[in-house]
Amino acid sequence: MSLIDLSGVQKWYGEYHALRGIDLQIAAGEFFSLLGPSGCGKTTLLRTIAGFEGIDAGTLRIDGLDMRGVTPDRRPTNMVFQSYAIFPHLTVAQNVAYGLRRTADGREEKARRVGEALEMVGLGGYGGRRPHELSGGQRQRVALARALVLRPKVLLLDEPLSALDRKMRETMQSELRRLQRQVGITFILVTHDQEEALIMSDRVAVMFEGAIAQVASPQALYSRPADRRVADFLGAMNFLPAEVRDGRVEIAGLGACEVEPEQVIGAGGMAEAGMRPEAMTMLDVQPGEGLREAAGTIADRAYYGDMTYYMVELPGVPGHVTVSMKNRPGSAVLDVGAPARIGWDPRAVLLFPA
Amino acid sequence: MSRRWLLLYVVLYMALLYAPIALLPIFAFNDGQVIAFPLQGFSTRWFEGLWTNRTLHSALWNSLVVAVISSVLAVVLGICAARASARYAFRGQGAVMGMIMVPLVLPEIIVGVSVLIVVNTVLGLPLGLWAVIAAHVLICTPFAVAVLSGAFQSLDPAMEEAARDLGETPWGAFRTVTLPLVAPGIVASLLICFTISLDEFIIAFFLTGASPTLPVYIWGLLRFPADLPIVMALGTLLVLASIVLLTMAEIFRRRGAARAGRKDSGGFL
Ligand SMILES: Nc1ncnc2c1ncn2[C@@H]1O[C@H](COP(=O)(O)OP(=O)(O)O)[C@@H](O)[C@H]1O
Ligand SMILES: [Mg+2]
Repeated sequence: MSLIDLSGVQKWYGEYHALRGIDLQIAAGEFFSLLGPSGCGKTTLLRTIAGFEGIDAGTLRIDGLDMRGVTPDRRPTNMVFQSYAIFPHLTVAQNVAYGLRRTADGREEKARRVGEALEMVGLGGYGGRRPHELSGGQRQRVALARALVLRPKVLLLDEPLSALDRKMRETMQSELRRLQRQVGITFILVTHDQEEALIMSDRVAVMFEGAIAQVASPQALYSRPADRRVADFLGAMNFLPAEVRDGRVEIAGLGACEVEPEQVIGAGGMAEAGMRPEAMTMLDVQPGEGLREAAGTIADRAYYGDMTYYMVELPGVPGHVTVSMKNRPGSAVLDVGAPARIGWDPRAVLLFPA
Repeated sequence: MSRRWLLLYVVLYMALLYAPIALLPIFAFNDGQVIAFPLQGFSTRWFEGLWTNRTLHSALWNSLVVAVISSVLAVVLGICAARASARYAFRGQGAVMGMIMVPLVLPEIIVGVSVLIVVNTVLGLPLGLWAVIAAHVLICTPFAVAVLSGAFQSLDPAMEEAARDLGETPWGAFRTVTLPLVAPGIVASLLICFTISLDEFIIAFFLTGASPTLPVYIWGLLRFPADLPIVMALGTLLVLASIVLLTMAEIFRRRGAARAGRKDSGGFL
């Protein structure tokens, strides 16, 4: 049985349909992410689970119990707010102890639990500090400790890393993973950063406009997106007009190939072919075995140090396709305007209904 | 050149503003019954006169009672209004908040006369301090709302939610998180309302009945020129008290801004 079970959950803000029928099961101990562009309803869904928003249709069960009418203080969930919401008038230790006010533990037991929680997030010895003396990353750790000290069944995190700088964010990503494995609590993370969702999660739900487009593991999401929007949102994908005729696909600018049934997403007929930039190669930089060849012109180039992205114009195709190349020692960097020979693998083609 | 004129303007402006107030202590310590130059020498007898004047004491007591009760009531109402307007969106919100703020610009004489008519004619009740309190709550509440709105508006709504999430009841969350965070605003608005009520004259004059408040009593004194220096002494003390109160209010407001980690963006002082 899943720990969290949403079925047909709908939410209206006045005229605005914020959640349009959410079905979702999350297992105990999972690191689960809600991923989607800003405004798609991730926060709303999270707040629904926490109990801050009521739902207008459908049911929400946590641990088998219907949560209708159950207020946030009575749910087995705790939340790390986007703003952290650290109480500025309390010390770090008092913040962490806040949720223990109503528990039956004695004073010493509470102090022990607070110390343990602070230790766990790497803030041992910071108990006497005031929140305004802490850095952003440290405040976030306080928010984590404050929620985890209550040993909730589910920890809800609303874009917890978005306010941190890049280095700190990467540190906290691995830290959060480590914490989650250590405590074994179900984490539900809201993020608009696809990389973050892929790095951290066991499973990811991709949301658009109040509905879930796909729920899958990061690998499945990336290699077999459920539709064009998901493919586009996760990483980059080149889309080319394509036509399917008795098992053979004619891809504009690339040529014809055979595809396996599992490469076809949705119905056949008029279709679009999708290829990841890393599924293609510049043959002049790095030749490959068993690849089809296509010719074009390099329209632009972006050099990233470890990678180079080539924007290649193909004959008869509007716009350009992006090809990413790993820069190895001694490998060439091609010039803009030069003719390009592209190698592509038919097995990496995905077909989407147009 | 223009700098010099500006400086002159500022000096004149300040002089006009504060010269009358500066006269208060000068004549309060002047050893003469007539309020006129040249001064007669230093004396503290007018302050001693204050000390022994029984009717003045009862007027002061009346004023303190009125000011304390009406400022507390106004601030409690102000907390409710400010929180409601900061946290919720409801139908007619603008209109309701506007109605609350209107007494800010309502001439006090109109408030005084209308409450007088309501109390005397409509309700047929005797006048008294309670009527003054009611009217003072009316005129103080908008000031309380104005100060408290700032405090509530700048409060992260997630604070109270976090408290709820961590197991507190709605009231518990309000008491242990919201109240401490807006406490500086509450103290500041209490002090402002107290000051407004303490020196309010027109409304008190209409409604006070047989037991005058301090401003009404002072006005009565003016008819006896011999008592004028006593009024000067009293005025001196009141100015001092006002300065102390307003300074305290400002200190609390700034402390509130600092505690919430906000940048100080001006205030009423
Ligand atoms: N309290 C609210 N009242 C009205 N509309 C809201 C409210 N909260 C969110 N919305 C709307 O619901 C949509 C989804 O919001 P949200 O869940 O915050 O998105 P996300 O977290 O994915 O960025 C947005 O269009 C937002 O404007
Ligand atoms: Mg959000």
